[in-house]
Amino acid sequence: MFESKGGVLLIGGLGFFALALVSNALVPVQMYRHLPEQRTEELVNANLMYQFEDLSRRFPESFEKYYGKPTREQAAEALALGRRVYVAEGCWHCHSQYVRPVSNESRRWGAVSATWEYQNELQRPVMFGTRRVGPDLSREGGRRSNDWHAAHFFDPGSVSEGSPMPSYRWFFDGSAQRPNRRGLAIMAYVQWLGSWLESYPYYEAYQPLPRLEDAP
Amino acid sequence: MTHTAWAEATGSDRDLVDRRLVAWYFVAALVYLGVSLLGGLLMALQLVRANPLQGIELLSPGRWRMIHTNAVAYGFLANSFLGALHWAIPRLTLRPVLSRWFSWFIFAAWQVVVLATAGGILLGHAQGLEWGETPTWIDPLALAGLLLVAVNFLAPITAARGPLYVSSWYFMAAFVWTLLTYAMGNFLPEYFVPGTSGGAIAGLFIHDLVGLFVTPLGWGLMYYFVPILLKKPIWSHGLSLVGFWGLAFFYPLNGIHHFLYTPIPMFLQYGAVIATVAVELVVATVLVNFFGTVWGAGRLALANLPLRWFYTGMVLYFITCFQCALQVTLTFQAVIHFTDWVVGHAHLVMFGVFSMWIFGIMTHLFPRLLDRPWYSNRLAEWHFWASTVGIVVMFTDLGLAGMFQGYYWAALLPWEASVDGSYPFWIVRLLAGLLIIFGQLCFVVNLVATWRKREHV
Repeated sequence: MFESKGGVLLIGGLGFFALALVSNALVPVQMYRHLPEQRTEELVNANLMYQFEDLSRRFPESFEKYYGKPTREQAAEALALGRRVYVAEGCWHCHSQYVRPVSNESRRWGAVSATWEYQNELQRPVMFGTRRVGPDLSREGGRRSNDWHAAHFFDPGSVSEGSPMPSYRWFFDGSAQRPNRRGLAIMAYVQWLGSWLESYPYYEAYQPLPRLEDAP
Repeated sequence: MTHTAWAEATGSDRDLVDRRLVAWYFVAALVYLGVSLLGGLLMALQLVRANPLQGIELLSPGRWRMIHTNAVAYGFLANSFLGALHWAIPRLTLRPVLSRWFSWFIFAAWQVVVLATAGGILLGHAQGLEWGETPTWIDPLALAGLLLVAVNFLAPITAARGPLYVSSWYFMAAFVWTLLTYAMGNFLPEYFVPGTSGGAIAGLFIHDLVGLFVTPLGWGLMYYFVPILLKKPIWSHGLSLVGFWGLAFFYPLNGIHHFLYTPIPMFLQYGAVIATVAVELVVATVLVNFFGTVWGAGRLALANLPLRWFYTGMVLYFITCFQCALQVTLTFQAVIHFTDWVVGHAHLVMFGVFSMWIFGIMTHLFPRLLDRPWYSNRLAEWHFWASTVGIVVMFTDLGLAGMFQGYYWAALLPWEASVDGSYPFWIVRLLAGLLIIFGQLCFVVNLVATWRKREHV
């Protein structure tokens, strides 16, 4: 059996693979079946609408051109496109989207991630991420203004000194004041991250941690 | 073995092996390796803020990072393995593959798949699955290609009479596993399973791609080439059995260890950790078997360049797996997850192990494919030493960088501290990468010179 073609193909090839799929994949699927998958339209919340309207006021020409009025439907569309941009540009290779219960992460970023946060269309496939060259983004929404994000996407070093993040000029029509369809979408997406939590911050109230050498 | 030795001595494998096809697979593999190295170089330059090509959409480091990993997996490793299998399987079974025409069709189709993947990623169609960024519209094509590969190679293996040699077990299982892994990873988390459970499946995919596609093909080829080059049989058949079945059982259970401390149920995370440690024990048996085989012939393993590639790769494999048994524990994960430690580990396994084995196979086979000796042994030595020193420096450097990053984060220093602190390590990584690129240039120059040399032996 252990050296026969049938044994290798059926037990080794199919059998053990199926065992792993059932025990490691179907078990969590069954455990979380009480949490139905939310569609993008259901993910548009008051915090996202606040940011979306803010985008329409800060970049009126661009917003009018690409999205018209800041409606819920347009917000859902921007959110979905923003997520596609996030995937296409490989943002998720340098930014994670989960806060672990170790290494003081909840003190840096906020609540430890929970399953229900991921049960939606925009987490298919899930954007856990794989490496943190930049910080975790799952609680990024609301921490910084849309102006900051526009300047940052256009030229990261201009607002974050020494940042190794590439510039994303193609999110703009020539200048940081004129984000295009993709630029507005990725900003809406980033501002949406964490918007489902009670603790959604508004950047006016946000205090960054002091640098060590600046501390008294 | 005796059959193969006989075939080699008499040259009667000419009807079995399509040498031009093997050579073309290797050439295609090296082209994609070059593309991948350029992608890695771009990302390394970006990290040290020295990327001269800022702000160009088609040269975005984020997209080229995906080209870097996909070109290695589907361009370099897959093409090299297919070339080596076209050599090994017909000689092992004494039967040709299903059809010569069919083989060339698969070759062309696979290049279309790889090029379309690269084009799709560059144009912004990537899929949000690590190692599976192949745009969703290519996935069915790639799957069909893998199915054709399996049919083409399973034909001679299933037709062979008598007991199967170890390599054949690995090859047979790998054809089934690669198909299943590719289908599972590319379709379930994309279309059916969202969120945390989808993450569990993505973890299985990432790990199975290494463990059930690259690893069995790599070990199968080692079980084939090492005894031939050493001219002695493998040390223990029993240990081969333990190694194969241990891998088959434990490896598929590992995937979730990529996402420890996520909301994936904790008992599944513990299970993946335990299964991973079990794999390391299995790996130890395989290594004992190979070092038992070389016992008493150590001098040959140093003097013979292909064998030196193989055994250097095995030493690094042991280091990789030992590292894996430690880093998979929750204690280590708390510090090193999301850091450059993991990047170093991935480079060690993909370049330090499997690429080394492939370079050994290519170094052994090109003279046989082209019917002439290498143009320069010195260039071949430079290839070996630049690659070996480069990967050891890179892996050590990234491992250290990872620990610094992990502790910077845990200490709640501002984020920039971890970036600034990484800078010297990223410089060293860039230099190590340049050394690796230099080694591959030596290989390519040597190959071109050999190919163009007129006098045949």
